[in-house]
Amino acid sequence: MIGASLFVSAVLFAIGVGGVLVRRNAIMLFMCVELMLNAVNLSFVALSRLHGVTGQVVVIFVMTVAAAEAAVGLAIIISAFRHFKSADLADIRLLGG
Amino acid sequence: MTWTAAGVQLAHFWIFGAIAIASALLFVTRRSPVAAALWLVNTMFCLAALYVLLEAPFVGAVQVLVYAGAIMVVFLFVVMLLNLGRDDARLDLREPGVRGAALLVGLLLAVELVVASRTPAEATAPLPAAEGTNVVAPVARALFTEHLVAFEVTSVLLLAAIVGAVALARRESPASRGPAVPEGPAA
Repeated sequence: MIGASLFVSAVLFAIGVGGVLVRRNAIMLFMCVELMLNAVNLSFVALSRLHGVTGQVVVIFVMTVAAAEAAVGLAIIISAFRHFKSADLADIRLLGG
Repeated sequence: MTWTAAGVQLAHFWIFGAIAIASALLFVTRRSPVAAALWLVNTMFCLAALYVLLEAPFVGAVQVLVYAGAIMVVFLFVVMLLNLGRDDARLDLREPGVRGAALLVGLLLAVELVVASRTPAEATAPLPAAEGTNVVAPVARALFTEHLVAFEVTSVLLLAAIVGAVALARRESPASRGPAVPEGPAA
């Protein structure tokens, strides 16, 4: 079952990477990052069956950091939306990118 | 063909894994951010089921509470605050087909709940309830001894995130805008 979960984890991570590369909405981008974090969490939990409980502890830390990241990131998106009147990343080109 | 416990577990694993992958694909391909967020919640619920199957029920519970319950609600709040899911793919509940599907799902859930509540406790799957403390205790022991410093640093991180989020998302009134706050260049 560990191999199966690593497979599911890899597929979910690939989907998340594809979403980050393809989507242009800033919020969709953040949700794709969350999907990637979840995929990595699945790997951690699966491997914690082999290597002890540390993997589950790391997953709890990852969730905490993800919550902090979501709060700050969404605040930045709100602030950028007020300034640019858009959540499309193509419209946000303050540095001329 | 006999159904061993491990075989049933593996079958459940693949069912939930397939639902998770399908939900993730639907999540990436949706146009409306609200629909995408709801598919992502589905993926996270399936991942919680996978955690339980991988003998980490505490992580599964935390996954449902923190990810599906808290983080995704914040995402949905922001999507609705910015009014992004406006013009495309809004779910119209007045269509009879949608109403019928909603009624069917609701009835199915109600029947399932009644059956589950009427089932005697012996007939349900033997959860490790007798050794319930053993599920959380190893995680807690590792968290509060080996990783105590990281745990405490996490609290500082959360405080910084709260302050940062409030400072970033605050709407500045013209009265409070002093000379200490530089104006960004107009784009």
